[in-house]
Amino acid sequence: MTDPIVVAEGLHKSFGDTHALRGLDLSVNRGTVCGVLGPNGAGKTTAIRIFATLSDPDAGHARVAGHDVVREADKVRARIGLAGQYAAVDEKLTGRSNLQMFGRLYHLSRVEARRRADELLERFGLTEAADRPVAGYSGGMRRRLDLITCLIQRPEVLFLDEPTTGLDPRSRGEIWDSVRELVGSGTTVLLTTQYLDEADQLANDIVVIDHGQVIATGTPDELKATIGEQLQVVLEDRTALGPAATVLNDLAGTDPTTSGDDQLSVALPGGRFKLADIVRELDRAGVNAADVRLRRPTLDEVFLRLTDQKEPVG
Amino acid sequence: MTTITSPAGRLRWTFADGLTLIGRELSRLRQEPEQIIAALLFPVIMVVLFGYVFGSAIQVPGGGDYREFLMPGLFAMVTFTSVQGVMGRMAADASLGVMDRFRSMPMARLAVPFGHTGADSVVGVPLLAAMAGTGLLVGWQPHRGLLHTVEAFLLLMLMRYALSWVGVYVGLVAKNEQMVTQLATLFLPVTMLSNAFVPTDGMPTWLRFLADWNPVSALTAASRELFGNPGMAASGHNAWPMEHPVAAVLLWSAALLVVLAPLSLRAYSRRGR
Repeated sequence: MTDPIVVAEGLHKSFGDTHALRGLDLSVNRGTVCGVLGPNGAGKTTAIRIFATLSDPDAGHARVAGHDVVREADKVRARIGLAGQYAAVDEKLTGRSNLQMFGRLYHLSRVEARRRADELLERFGLTEAADRPVAGYSGGMRRRLDLITCLIQRPEVLFLDEPTTGLDPRSRGEIWDSVRELVGSGTTVLLTTQYLDEADQLANDIVVIDHGQVIATGTPDELKATIGEQLQVVLEDRTALGPAATVLNDLAGTDPTTSGDDQLSVALPGGRFKLADIVRELDRAGVNAADVRLRRPTLDEVFLRLTDQKEPVG
Repeated sequence: MTTITSPAGRLRWTFADGLTLIGRELSRLRQEPEQIIAALLFPVIMVVLFGYVFGSAIQVPGGGDYREFLMPGLFAMVTFTSVQGVMGRMAADASLGVMDRFRSMPMARLAVPFGHTGADSVVGVPLLAAMAGTGLLVGWQPHRGLLHTVEAFLLLMLMRYALSWVGVYVGLVAKNEQMVTQLATLFLPVTMLSNAFVPTDGMPTWLRFLADWNPVSALTAASRELFGNPGMAASGHNAWPMEHPVAAVLLWSAALLVVLAPLSLRAYSRRGR
C-alpha cells in the first residue's frame, strides 16, 4: 500500500555552472523513514531545501503533504519541520525561551506555547538544561533542541539534513532514539546522512543520490542483495595461495584480491553459495583454510560500489 | 498553527510575529546585562573623550560652549550605531541557520525585519536617554522649549528607525558575521567625517563637500537647530542639507525606508540559494 507524502518529479536546480540536481525523482510513503544517501555535493541538501520551501526548483515540481512547494509554500510550511546541519536556534536564549518563542511564531497562544515547550523538554530529556542559555549546551543537546523545535507544530513530514554530523556516538544514539519515537507517533521522516549505519538503523527505504540523480532505491536489505556477498579465506599456509585463488576464481568468475600474504577475498552473487560447498571445494583442491567466512556486505560497501560505478573516485 | 490566508490575517500575524521577535531581542538583552551596561556607558565615555579631551582644544564658531556644540553630534553618532547593531544580529541569524528556520515556518515574511528594527527602536530610547542625561550633567541643555525638544528626539528616533533598515539589508546580503565586523570599522570614520565633532568650515573644500552631505551632519545640524545649541551661526554654508537640516533628515529617512524596506524584503524572501 503506497501513500506518498513527499513526491518529487524531475527536479532540476543549478547554481551557476554547478548542476546540483538533474532530474531528481523521489517518493516517500507516509509514516516511513526515507534515508537519502549520497557523497558530498550529490544534491542532498539542495533537495531538502526545495522540499522545505527554502529554494525553488529550476524545473520539475514537488509536493509535500499534498501541496506544491512553490505555489502553496505557506501550506507546506504549516505541515513540515526542518532541522538542518546547524542547530538553528537562538544561542543567547535559554532552551525554554527558544521553544516558547518558536511556539509563538507557530501561532500558538502564550499559554499553549509554554505548555508545549514544557511537554517537549520533558519528553526529550532537556528539562534540566531548559533554563540555561543554549550557548552553554553540548553539541548533542543543541541538536536535540533543534530537533524538538521542529516538533512544536506536530509536523506531518520532518526533514532532517544530516542530523548527527559531528556528534559523538552517544549523542547520535540519543538523536536516533528521538527519531524512532517520532516515527512511532506517525511522523514521516526524510533524512539525509553520510553515516550509512544511521540509514541502516533508521530508514525503511533508502534512496542513493549521486550527481543530482537517484541511482538506486530500495530497503537496506534489497540494496545489500544487489552486490552479493563477500567471501573471505584465511590460509593456514601461504604456499596454498595459488590453488586457493584458482578455486575462488572458479566460484566467482573473477580474480580474488589478496591482502597480507595469506588472505583472499572475492565478491559472490548473493544467495547462490553455501559455506559448506565452498569449504568442500577448497578441501578438494588441497587448500587448508584457517578461516572461511561468507559475509553480507555492509551498506558502506553498497554505497561505495554504487557511487563508484557512476564515476571513478578522483 | 494557522495558515495565513486573508490579507487581514496576514497583517495581524505580521504584527504578532514582529512583536514576538521584538520580545526575543529583549530577552537576549536580559541574558546579557553586561551588554546593556556597555551600551549605557558608551555615552559617558563619548562625552568625556570628546567633550573634555578634544573639546579642550576646539573653538566653536560663533562662540559657545564646546559641550553644547558636541551633544547633538553625539546624539547623531549614537543614532547611527543602529546600523551596525542590526546588521550584526541579522548576519548572525543568517549564518547560524536561524533565518532558514524562520523561512521554513508559516510566519509572515515581514516579521523578521520588523522584529529586528522594532527591537532596535525600543533599545534606542534608553540609549538616547542615557546620552541626554550625561549631556545634562556636563552642562548641555535644550534652549527652545518642550515642543522643539520633543521634535528633536522624535527626529532622532525616526532616523534611527530608517537606519536600522540599512542594517537589515546589509546584514541580509552579507550573511557573514566576519564581513559585518569589518564593515563596522567604517563606523567611526563615517561619523567623524561630519560636523558632529568639529565645524566643517576649516576642512578642504572637497572634504567639506562630503562632510556637509553626510547624513550624520544633517542629523547633527537638525538637532542643533531644534535644541538651540551653538554651531549653527557659522554662515556661508551653501550645501543644501546644512541650510535645511530638518527637511534633509526627513528626506534621508524617507528615502532609506522607501528604498531599503522593499530591497530587504526581496533579499529576505529570495529563494533558491
